[in-house]
Amino acid sequence: MNSTLLPNYSEASLRNFLKTLPPVDQVGASARVEMLATRSIKTSSKNWAIDLAIRMVDLTTLEGADTPGKVKALCAKAVYPDPTDLTVPSVGAICVYNDMVKIARDALDSGGGKHIPVAAVTTAFPSGRASMEVKIQDTKDAIANGAGEIDMVIDRGAFLAGNLGLVFDEIKTIKEVCGSDVHLKVILETGELVTLDNVRKASYLAMLAGADFIKTSTGKVAPAATAPVVYVMLEAVRDFYKMTGTRIGVKPAGGIRNTKDAIKQLVLVNEIAGPEWLDPSLFRIGASALLNDLLIQRMKMRDGYYASPNYVTLD
Amino acid sequence: MRIDVMKTYKLFINGSFPRSESGRVYELKDAKGKFLANPCFGSRKDLRESVVAARAAHHGWSSATAFNRGQILYRVAEIMQGRSEQFIAEIVAQEGATPASAKAQVQSAIDTWVWYAGWCDKIDSISGSTNPVSGPFYNFSIPESLGVVAIFADGKPSLLNLVAAVAPVIATGNTAILIANEKNPLCAITLAECLATSDVPAGVINILTGKADQFVSWAGSHMDIDGIDATGLSNKEVIELKELGSENLKRIYSFNEALSTKRMTNFMEIKTIWHTVGI
Repeated sequence: MNSTLLPNYSEASLRNFLKTLPPVDQVGASARVEMLATRSIKTSSKNWAIDLAIRMVDLTTLEGADTPGKVKALCAKAVYPDPTDLTVPSVGAICVYNDMVKIARDALDSGGGKHIPVAAVTTAFPSGRASMEVKIQDTKDAIANGAGEIDMVIDRGAFLAGNLGLVFDEIKTIKEVCGSDVHLKVILETGELVTLDNVRKASYLAMLAGADFIKTSTGKVAPAATAPVVYVMLEAVRDFYKMTGTRIGVKPAGGIRNTKDAIKQLVLVNEIAGPEWLDPSLFRIGASALLNDLLIQRMKMRDGYYASPNYVTLD
Repeated sequence: MRIDVMKTYKLFINGSFPRSESGRVYELKDAKGKFLANPCFGSRKDLRESVVAARAAHHGWSSATAFNRGQILYRVAEIMQGRSEQFIAEIVAQEGATPASAKAQVQSAIDTWVWYAGWCDKIDSISGSTNPVSGPFYNFSIPESLGVVAIFADGKPSLLNLVAAVAPVIATGNTAILIANEKNPLCAITLAECLATSDVPAGVINILTGKADQFVSWAGSHMDIDGIDATGLSNKEVIELKELGSENLKRIYSFNEALSTKRMTNFMEIKTIWHTVGI
């Protein structure tokens, strides 16, 4: 919470601040991201970008059918994405449901992955439809089990109904539960916010309330991390840094399935937010299938011929 | 006076007709040296896109029922029948054949589709087996499709060679990348237009034109191609292909006869299952 932007925590002052934000030029945003998507990436940069993207992956499994075995296998993969090539870096984090946190933490600790944090989705993910007590308890549970990062969802219903104070208070409360050691990522679920103006407003709301990261989506709603949405969020963190001197991270999640998409995201980060954001501490990609494609492309760059999905794991 | 609207000969990848990523074309002349067309000069990236499309299409195509695949192969024959005149004209132009022999070739190409369409739901019974084993087990061997197969089509008779190569490969549930014969590519592109309108799912057959000798090294080293029909290649090229293909144990074969079950069984994988008796 930055006192220079908001005189107090009241809904009125929040509303007044959000009114000062200029509207997003939707056509301009689409045109700009389309233009940036045509950048050609040369070989040496591509090698660098692939390794950076691997380090940025929040390797995710958020299925009702998740088993302890699946989570453990995913943890092993997070530490050594390609066991035949130890030059491949570890991923940024493991992202699981609340009840899998302990299993993931133990598997990482015993498998050489002490440096990899476990991110837990909480606050009644993915809908966010629960009482505040439940959301707080959900978060406390995850932290007690060893979660180093919390991915919370905002109450989109409240946001769309204009109940901005409620959304703000929820994020602030969860950040208090997290404290300064546990990173809080706030999922805006941009697919349900409808307009880019709403994405911009929600981004500032989350940043003012104390988010360490703003995240596009749960992965359960389409469209998820579209390029214009990521563009607006990157602009928001850049401008927020100019206003307050605090760098907030961005995490697109959902729909980024191949290396080409991931590199396009990195181009956006570099061009919009700036090269400081090209780091796993400020940019993450929530994905599951993406990692395999990054590994396949890495093999191709190494061996000089096109690789096959037969040489990576089935997740 | 009216100027004819000439056809742009393009590639066929994942159910659509893109130009080559290379942006290049080559000039094709008929037997008498007269200009015929500008087919695309397919690039390494075009091959890569085709493999991605073929791999993505493999699951759906191989898990379709054999009966359904047979119906679709037959449908291709129906559509080709209606396009006979165009095929005949192209064969006459690019091969220098007489109209009568061109017509005979088109007819036998159509009959080849029907022949392999009939095999779709029978080949499993012929090439699979229950095996007698000395233990308390049922033991079955079941043929399955191999995966993605690249085909180097042979020259004359160009249409018949195309169909005789691609029909058996897809009949068993494989998906295919057909690399047209460099000097006789017109029928391949027209065949693509038939495939696009005959219920063959996108990506099951992808058709590329260009220089075959370039495709040899690209296809041979591609780790996601499982088998190659090298009928249209020279001995030297087959040796190069086999050296590169050894990296992922590609099945590489050449064939003589148009109608042969070998063309199907060579691109199948046999899965043997042991099942205990009495439990």
